[in-house]
Amino acid sequence: MLYELLIAPFAEFGFLRRALVGCLVMSVAAPPLGVFLMLRRMSLTADVLAHGILPGVAAGFILAGLSVTAMSVGGLVAGLAVTLGAGALSRATGGREDSALAALYLVALALGVTMISASAGSVELTHLLFGSVLGVDDPALLMMAGVATFTLGALAFAWRPLVLECFDPSFAAAEGARGGAWHLLFMGLVVLNVLAAFQALGTMMAVGLMMLPAVAARHWARAVGGMVYAAVGIAVLASASGILLSYHLDVPTGPAVVLAAGAAWIVSVLAGPVDGVLARVMRRRHLAG
Amino acid sequence: MSGAIRLRDVTLSHDRHPAVHHLSGEFAPGSLTAIVGPNGAGKTTLLRAIAGLHPVDEGRIERPVERIALLPQMSALDRSFPIACLDVAMLGHWRRCGALGAIGRASRAQAEAALEAVGLGGFARRPVGSLSAGQFQRLLFARLLVQDAPVILLDEPFNAVDARTAADLLRLVRDWHGQGRTVVAVLHDLELVRREFPETLLLARDPVAWGATEQALAAANRLRARMMAEGWDEAAAACERAA
Repeated sequence: MLYELLIAPFAEFGFLRRALVGCLVMSVAAPPLGVFLMLRRMSLTADVLAHGILPGVAAGFILAGLSVTAMSVGGLVAGLAVTLGAGALSRATGGREDSALAALYLVALALGVTMISASAGSVELTHLLFGSVLGVDDPALLMMAGVATFTLGALAFAWRPLVLECFDPSFAAAEGARGGAWHLLFMGLVVLNVLAAFQALGTMMAVGLMMLPAVAARHWARAVGGMVYAAVGIAVLASASGILLSYHLDVPTGPAVVLAAGAAWIVSVLAGPVDGVLARVMRRRHLAG
Repeated sequence: MSGAIRLRDVTLSHDRHPAVHHLSGEFAPGSLTAIVGPNGAGKTTLLRAIAGLHPVDEGRIERPVERIALLPQMSALDRSFPIACLDVAMLGHWRRCGALGAIGRASRAQAEAALEAVGLGGFARRPVGSLSAGQFQRLLFARLLVQDAPVILLDEPFNAVDARTAADLLRLVRDWHGQGRTVVAVLHDLELVRREFPETLLLARDPVAWGATEQALAAANRLRARMMAEGWDEAAAACERAA
């Protein structure tokens, strides 16, 4: 019975195994980035990036069709341009970064949809907007695995400066910690991960596995390290259960994975030990000292 | 311990409006100076510029020392950040360890001793989110102790802390002064300045007075400072004074 529910689908169908591997790979690399984005109060930035890459992806698509390489290169260029552009724009105008990002993301989304619609049908558009977890092919899988490996390696090196830059940027600047350079590396990692996730989840939900587990993890740990472990655990659970749910209930896989992560977030908000609703309602007796 | 920090006709500005206007003078090595003045008088901007965090518009700041430690205003930090007290104290080792250097047992012991010295012994594993405002300020002082810099800049170190914490932290400031470090503190409590700080810089955009505390705080100067704090003039012309 349990075998039927949990194992059989993967044993039976290759495309489900592929989808699972793809989602698990992303679950290891993206949530740690999500935790740092959340701590820098940049939770929406990843979403903006995911939309911002669309024109680049569309350009790649127009030139070479649904080729992972062409779309990834296009998306990478567009993503880096949006990141640097938003930063420069907010510095130049003295405005707040989030308003510049909101403007960029709307323009990029409209531009991307226009480009794709002009050169292809609604099937391709749907594919690019919402992704297809079950359609992940070998090149896409290799790219996801490569991005995840690079991300984990880079995070291991950048961990200390990233935490410092998040907690006290002016201390970092005064001590000559080159916070700006580390931040740039970090944003580069976010772009890469959004691109990898885009292969499976599409523009609209690419950051689902990055942000939702990270936001949920806030309720399970009081240290950055603990949050990262919790976020990865939640993402892994959400990936597996989302794919299984979509198989058994016959609903689209990408949204099912993101919904599973969303359910984990709701449970965390309610029952998480740190600032959870339940912990607040069920007040336990105070300690002796 | 080090040479003087010299300001030569320094002007610092926000959006071309001067926050500090044609300031010259020096913080002698081992001096203990208070910076006082009305809100918006450029005190924080001056500290940040000395620490290298604010661009110098005109003039020059000479810093013969390479290590300057700055205590930021507490409100500039996210006090709910998920980090443990010991880790914050150990950030003071950054100059020596950098991004990848190992933090040895000696460095760790040093950070633990610093926590002990500010009265936070036993708090090593506690997240900073559980600290009160006074305890958080003690923690930032622990980081300063670990930094062990010859020049220490304090931005409103005793704001929003209880009297006992203020007294404990003041003792650390006195120790630093005794060790020959140069200490500059932005303060509002004039009684405290009179009691503890031999030198005072009275700032109200334009430097009003700089020297021995008693003279600097003389009543006439205080009055003048209040008059000069009228702030931001939209129609201000470019300053004609020679740089």
